Amino acid sequence: MSQDGRALDVELRVNGQSRRLSIEGSTTLLDALRDRLHLTGTKKGCDLGQCGACTVLLDGRRVVSCLTLVAQADGRDVTTIEGLAPEGELHPVQAAFVEHDAFQCGYCTPGQIMSAVALIAEGHAGSDAEIREYMSGNLCRCGAYTNIVAAVRDAAAKMA
Amino acid sequence: MALFRYVRAGDIHEAHARAATPGALYIAGGTDLLQLVQERVAKPAEVIDVTRILSSDIEDLGGGLRIGAAARLREMAEHPLLRQRFPAVAEALLGSASPQVRNMATAGGNLLQRTRCLYFRDVATPCNKREPGSGCSAWDGQNRQNAIFGGGPACIAVQPSDFAVALVACDAQVVLASPGGERRVGLADFHRLPIEAPEIETVMEPGDLITAIEIPAEAAQRRSRYLKVRDRASFEWAVVSCALSVRLEAGRVAEARIVAGGVGTRPWRLQGVEAALADQPLSEAIITDAAQRAADGAEPRRHNAFKVPLLVGAVRKALREFARAEGVQP
Repeated sequence: MSQDGRALDVELRVNGQSRRLSIEGSTTLLDALRDRLHLTGTKKGCDLGQCGACTVLLDGRRVVSCLTLVAQADGRDVTTIEGLAPEGELHPVQAAFVEHDAFQCGYCTPGQIMSAVALIAEGHAGSDAEIREYMSGNLCRCGAYTNIVAAVRDAAAKMA
Repeated sequence: MALFRYVRAGDIHEAHARAATPGALYIAGGTDLLQLVQERVAKPAEVIDVTRILSSDIEDLGGGLRIGAAARLREMAEHPLLRQRFPAVAEALLGSASPQVRNMATAGGNLLQRTRCLYFRDVATPCNKREPGSGCSAWDGQNRQNAIFGGGPACIAVQPSDFAVALVACDAQVVLASPGGERRVGLADFHRLPIEAPEIETVMEPGDLITAIEIPAEAAQRRSRYLKVRDRASFEWAVVSCALSVRLEAGRVAEARIVAGGVGTRPWRLQGVEAALADQPLSEAIITDAAQRAADGAEPRRHNAFKVPLLVGAVRKALREFARAEGVQP
């Protein structure tokens, strides 16, 4: 990272590709993904870390990208919803969300799916109660929770 | 996001030097600070990233533990030694925030998170913590979530860290790197009461940086647990909580720390409860009687008087569950 007043040069690996950006120090990872890299699958909901719509994986761990400065992600691996599966294919969690109708409006869905992918990797899909607890950082104002839990449970079983 | 500069400190000396810049603030996980910037409560000109210079290691300290200030909440909550020696701390961490935030937020930053008082986070209203001298809107306002201990007309904001409450029960110390050298402060004395200067929340001096939290081996001789009561089942701050750390000898309480969260302007030791338990067996009668003493000295306001019986009930439940787990009560 080079530092020159407000402008910073950072380099991230986004969905496996190296991306260099010159950014303001105060730019969030969410804004950089959407506005600079045009990866608009990651959604801006509350912009305060309370809804989970902006969830991405940073070095494989789920974080809210609205409370992550892109400068803090410098040199690290970022995975967004666009990078979960090759073009034209669905990740098992994506397929399970479609199969179980685990959304209505769809706005929270990319964040729900990123969180679910991490939850399964963390080994927290042991029961419906555990899935609910470990999905608690993702709100769905349409109230699709019942089907979201079913989709996560099913995807975890298929990925085991 | 409002504009600010981002710099990365190369070492602690550089962090101290940089911290003297007007408008500069340290940033670690950023989960509270960036919310405050978004809400216009904090207006840093510069943030100094200290995450790459602070340890995130969790080390055995002769039967106790030393936790690097940059350890993430999840790393702590999942650490086998922490879970085994200080379960109340692990339980408090697992009950904090969301899985995403627990991957980001750090041990040091957690202790410095600002209050969730509605008025502190609403720049359209007076708040002595945010604008010294402007008045306290919560004193006669919507004070359902505010403190019943340790406040006054100047401020009744709750210190919201679950982690801090459990750490006080475990006699933890905060290790500070000051520009003048290293010093240690007991966590029980770390947060200040909002009496004279509500805007100054801890005993840290300008430039001070938390480098570690140490929990002594003696506290591992006691058994601990954390009970949290909140408005929804997960991802919510405590309405009331109770950390207890108790050592039994021949079925009687030889040593006890009972600390309440969600009710104080800092983690609140319930010394009346501790005194009522001293040298007593954990019988139903003793537990019921001791839990009543959680109300000692409570000063509720218009909308938070319900916290007094809720706290008594939470302390009673925590003690009952503890007694059952220890096999000294059916």
